[in-house]
Amino acid sequence: MTGSRRGFVWKIWLGLGGVALAEYVWIAADFLRPRARARASNGAIVVAGPVERFEPGSVTAFPAGKFYLVRLEDGGFIALYRECTHLGCTVPWLDDEGRFVCPCHASAYDIRGNVLNPPAPRALDLFPVRIENGIVKVDTRRAVKRQTFEAAQVTYA
Amino acid sequence: MSEKRERGKQTAEAEPAESGERQGVLSGVWHSIFRGPLVPRSDRDRKLIVVQNFLLHFRPVRLPERSLRYTHTWGLGGMSLVLVLLLVATGVLMMFVYQPSPEEAYGSILAMRDEVLFGKLVRNVHHWSANFLVIVALLHLLRVYFTGAFHTPRQFNWIIGVTLLLCILASNFTGYLLPWDQLSYWAITISTSMIGYVPLAGEWLQGVVRGGTDIGSATLITFYTLHTTVVPVTIVVLMAFHFWRVRKARGVIVPRGPDEEPEEYPERVLALPNLLLRELAVALALVAFVLVFSVVFNAPLGNEANPGMSPNPAKAPWYFMGIQELLLHFHPFFAVVLIPLLIAGALLAIPYLRYDSDASGVLLLSHRGRRMAAIAAVTAVVVTPVLIVLDEFWFDAGAWLPGMPSVVSNGLLPTVVLAAALAGFYVALKRRYAASNNEAIQASFVLLLTALAVLTATGVWLRGPGMALVWPWIS
Repeated sequence: MTGSRRGFVWKIWLGLGGVALAEYVWIAADFLRPRARARASNGAIVVAGPVERFEPGSVTAFPAGKFYLVRLEDGGFIALYRECTHLGCTVPWLDDEGRFVCPCHASAYDIRGNVLNPPAPRALDLFPVRIENGIVKVDTRRAVKRQTFEAAQVTYA
Repeated sequence: MSEKRERGKQTAEAEPAESGERQGVLSGVWHSIFRGPLVPRSDRDRKLIVVQNFLLHFRPVRLPERSLRYTHTWGLGGMSLVLVLLLVATGVLMMFVYQPSPEEAYGSILAMRDEVLFGKLVRNVHHWSANFLVIVALLHLLRVYFTGAFHTPRQFNWIIGVTLLLCILASNFTGYLLPWDQLSYWAITISTSMIGYVPLAGEWLQGVVRGGTDIGSATLITFYTLHTTVVPVTIVVLMAFHFWRVRKARGVIVPRGPDEEPEEYPERVLALPNLLLRELAVALALVAFVLVFSVVFNAPLGNEANPGMSPNPAKAPWYFMGIQELLLHFHPFFAVVLIPLLIAGALLAIPYLRYDSDASGVLLLSHRGRRMAAIAAVTAVVVTPVLIVLDEFWFDAGAWLPGMPSVVSNGLLPTVVLAAALAGFYVALKRRYAASNNEAIQASFVLLLTALAVLTATGVWLRGPGMALVWPWIS
């Protein structure tokens, strides 16, 4: 570090060039950042319908909200996000087999979204369910990640 | 102006007058553009043409005669350039018709196919050129590796080449989404979901690539911009860099036999006609092949993308099928992040490893090197399918080792075992043949590459609905 004055100035110029480059990268990263608008259009609160419409032990698809409304045998509700937790394929519900099977890599889930068959690493994501005056509402703005099914995830009328 | 330059100018412009033609305004303009002679009559003219033409001056004036042999380079670098030019020519045409929004994209592709003059052919040429480019660039990498053309002074050009290969893959990948059909939508869904397994930054990175949580208009515009500006510009700049480094290394490597010493002053011949006519022949043959292929085979186009229905099976593009096959056997972090990074790292490290000898120019190093490479290839062809079948029907580390997280049982454990097996292969082969480390490293390279080829072939042809193993001829 005993360089001449010219070497020192040269390094300053190099450093300034580096700063300019870093600024450009920073701005580019912000241009690429997902915009808030894109996130908001992703979901809203979906009014699924009155509680009685859903039989216990049934799975109802809501294609527009990208979820399945599940009424468990004990009458509780959960809403399962339809994306496979492995690589994001849409998981169909197979009524006769009583499970969700991913067409992409054969992951399977039970009616609670628990993994029956890997490669899926964790249970299907949840959307929060609220029941107001006997009407089931599902908040699809944010999917809730979970490792496995727990009783606390179920909403009762 | 120096006297020397003055004289050079005189000779260049005096040429047509000597040949007895009238020196009109038009020919004056012509000679202001093309300084060299139009038709070569002597070796001096042939040199002038190469030196004074902007495009041709990228080529040397003279080059070693031995490096001209077609089976030395197979013309693969030049073929890559021709395919890139075809891709630019057809891509620009398609940009006039294509509309990068989820509502319009698929319809604009249909319109291009059905209503635009030669629209279908242009799209086919673009599609097949892109796929051929992946193959040709890969073969080019193999040619360079197996002729040992990565030692000094070509070390860094290997890095540029590998970067170009990655750019080609990026270009193919970003282009895959644009038709917005079921194939592209789900292949990109799967591939971008893989990014989510990058530790710590995965979710953020996936959001950046997709422009949101789902594949939508933000994803399409991002991919379109990358595909039509960022990636092609990078490719063209890097190509120029790549060619320049070839010139600085005094051309492609001069081939020699296993028992020959490198020649200090190999016999040289003029580039025109020896090199340039060969290049022209390869280029024309390739263009003819791509055109005929594109007339006969249409680029695939599925139904319009439907986010509610994943096709079964949903597969990644073929060049990522090796990774997709790994995904069926390893924990995603290992299949998608660690193993590809290790492979890329190994590829970039190749020119900078410490080698016992500099065998550059010798195909497959030596007689022993050839035998060891063959053994490695056969080993991979036998062992990889056996491992795939065993893992499919028998291995179940997760069930055998209950209580162990899947990252360990399905990721770390098999990776360490396989790495140890590779190290064992390296040591055993090196001892058995008393080989140099060049030969043993080459054998390991062949082993890994063949394994990747087998994985890719398995993914492409032997995976059916639900990604179960199937025979392709039984539907």
